[in-house]
Amino acid sequence: MLRQIEGSRAVAETVALCRPEVVCAYPISPQTHIIEAIGVMVASGALAPCEFINVESEFAAMSVSIGASAAGARAYTATASQGLLFMIEAVYNAAGLGLPIVMTLANRAIGAPINIWNDHSDAMAVRDAGWIQLFAETNQEAADLHVLAFRLAEELSLPVMVCMDGFILTHAVERVDLPDQAQVDAYLPPYEPRQVLEPDDPVSIGAMVGPEAFEEVRYLAHLRQLDALERIPALATAFEEAFGRPSGGLVSPYRIEDADIVIVALGSVLGTIKDAVDARRDAGDRVGVLGITAFRPFPNDAVREALSRARSVVVVEKAFSIGFGGVLSTDVAMASHDTGCTLRTIVCGLGGRAITSRSLEQAFAAAALDELDSLTFLDLDHEIVERERTRMTTTRRSGPSAENILRDLGTVASRID
Amino acid sequence: MTTQPIHFYQVGSFAVGNRLLDDDGRTVQSDPNRTNSLDSGHRACQGCGEALGARYAIDAAMRASQGRLVAVNATGCLEVFSTPYPETSWRIPWLHSLFGNAPAVATGVAAALKVKGRSDVRVVAQAGDGGTVDIGFGCLSGMFERNDDVLFICYDNEAYMNTGVQRSGATPPAARTATTEAIGSEAGNAFGQGKDLPRIAMAHDIPYVATATVADLHDLEDKVERAMQVHGARYLHILVPCPLGWGSASSDTIRVARLAKETGLFPVFEAVDGKVTGVSPIRHRTPVEEYLSIQGRYAHLFGKHPRTDIIARIQAMADRNITTYGLLAEEPADIDPKGVDV
Repeated sequence: MLRQIEGSRAVAETVALCRPEVVCAYPISPQTHIIEAIGVMVASGALAPCEFINVESEFAAMSVSIGASAAGARAYTATASQGLLFMIEAVYNAAGLGLPIVMTLANRAIGAPINIWNDHSDAMAVRDAGWIQLFAETNQEAADLHVLAFRLAEELSLPVMVCMDGFILTHAVERVDLPDQAQVDAYLPPYEPRQVLEPDDPVSIGAMVGPEAFEEVRYLAHLRQLDALERIPALATAFEEAFGRPSGGLVSPYRIEDADIVIVALGSVLGTIKDAVDARRDAGDRVGVLGITAFRPFPNDAVREALSRARSVVVVEKAFSIGFGGVLSTDVAMASHDTGCTLRTIVCGLGGRAITSRSLEQAFAAAALDELDSLTFLDLDHEIVERERTRMTTTRRSGPSAENILRDLGTVASRID
Repeated sequence: MTTQPIHFYQVGSFAVGNRLLDDDGRTVQSDPNRTNSLDSGHRACQGCGEALGARYAIDAAMRASQGRLVAVNATGCLEVFSTPYPETSWRIPWLHSLFGNAPAVATGVAAALKVKGRSDVRVVAQAGDGGTVDIGFGCLSGMFERNDDVLFICYDNEAYMNTGVQRSGATPPAARTATTEAIGSEAGNAFGQGKDLPRIAMAHDIPYVATATVADLHDLEDKVERAMQVHGARYLHILVPCPLGWGSASSDTIRVARLAKETGLFPVFEAVDGKVTGVSPIRHRTPVEEYLSIQGRYAHLFGKHPRTDIIARIQAMADRNITTYGLLAEEPADIDPKGVDV
């Protein structure tokens, strides 16, 4: 049913259609609306039988989910940013135990300095945890990916994280086609655990594994992620058949057939990128876009194929590895190492900094002329940075950089110029 | 089987012979059909109090739940010695997740059982003192506060034994650990620190809180039984001597545990709905020296220049417990606990 609806609400209603049995809630912006909405639905009895548990931390949220999933319940929670980092030990544990928990990650920057706005630092911090990580471009996709996520998770006994940009998606009200219960029930069978805590058939789960078997256990987890590379496209096809619209998949290409330059990115910024690419197409540049929906497992072959004809690849990232550069870029570089393309990274949108189509167009135009630096920080105010550098060089106790820069700017409002 | 009334303590020790009791009064451990929840073949040290406490407690919980039990275990000695992959000593469904999250994982198991309509299956969570009073405390307090249907058992051996005997928030004053070495004028762990978790648990107004030691099997099993009679968050704190960490003889585990109670250093009591409802009285009041001097972790108090000042401070702690909990029996039994043969 078509609705004009907030992204968080759309996700909450879709998760509800997936019949979760244990939902853990701990507030952190910008995911809070999701668990609030599910809480209301549980309280009203609409989701019965479902336990909604207000926990004392994100670490507990993931831990309760672990216990619930190991005991055979379909478990769901949502988090963001610091919350994800606070639960990170349990995030790894859920994957190691092979528990098909589904979690929404409302992507948000990580402090210090504390910042509630969107970027992808949180998702990148758990890149290696063993979770499947799917990125939504729109609220429609964010909602749809949750249905796919439960099925994928339970088929493979792996946890799935659905990443949606904080505020940009979670708080945006837009048109979303929500499925109905019968459609979701037909697509998503009841959870049949691979292993469960059951007195009639006692098992020990979570034993200590030494050097004699640890590598094999880890390798098996890798193989199951590779299995996901097969299952994600298959489930996306099944989704389209069941719901009448495409959603999910490994990658989403846009105008790449004849593209010299391919822009690679994750999440909602793909919309702005497509606008910028259309503008550059109009100006005569042969530019295309490759959206990555499945970040983990990373679709090496699909990315390599999509980039095989490109002369130049520009990875647009809302995160970076401090002291090195792009994070997604490293993966893209590995996937395209033998295609002969030039790879550049644009870091942008950190801490919610607006990414404008104008700035992107300029960067893409520079890329077309081979004038784009290998690592570009989009719209970085170099003058402000230099002023703070000078302060730090001349004065030992120069004060906190974040406050100094804000004082220099003379404003605390988000800038779009 | 015919039975006859027998005076309880006629054997002359606290080791009440089960054969002298009628069937109802016998321990779970004396039952040849007990579950042996923590089976033999595990890798605990000789004389391990925790292995003993876990078997006592979980077997009792198994009987109370008619064998319908799921256990969640924090990281620690109990987890490591019982489940070296691919072996396990657990004969019950058992889940280990992390060091600091056992109470929350147990909450999740209980929630899943509830939505599945499995009201027959009960949940216990277990951890050492580090996993309880320190790293697991946030999750434990949350589980208590929500009154989740979990029996949480702390096997308290008063330090991080699995990592090599480091101080925890349950390490007593003056005790030597690898991070509170017996060096300097205030050797060992500091005074005036540490958490009294049973009282913190009581402050959450949960329905049942109790302490026990491995020295009194009847009392321990009775408390597990009572804890299993009620629903909601329940807490059982069992003192389990660690021969390795305490520097006591492995044959002295029961003796040391008994002395902890008889000196008053470890009050054995139970509390319902936040109020103390019963204490196990001291049968033979014993000076703390007798408890301290048989443990290597206090050896620095008994050297060439005995630290009578520190021993006096520890005695004062025991005396305060005796007053606070009313631990002196109305009619002390005329039995010398040192003569106990276990």
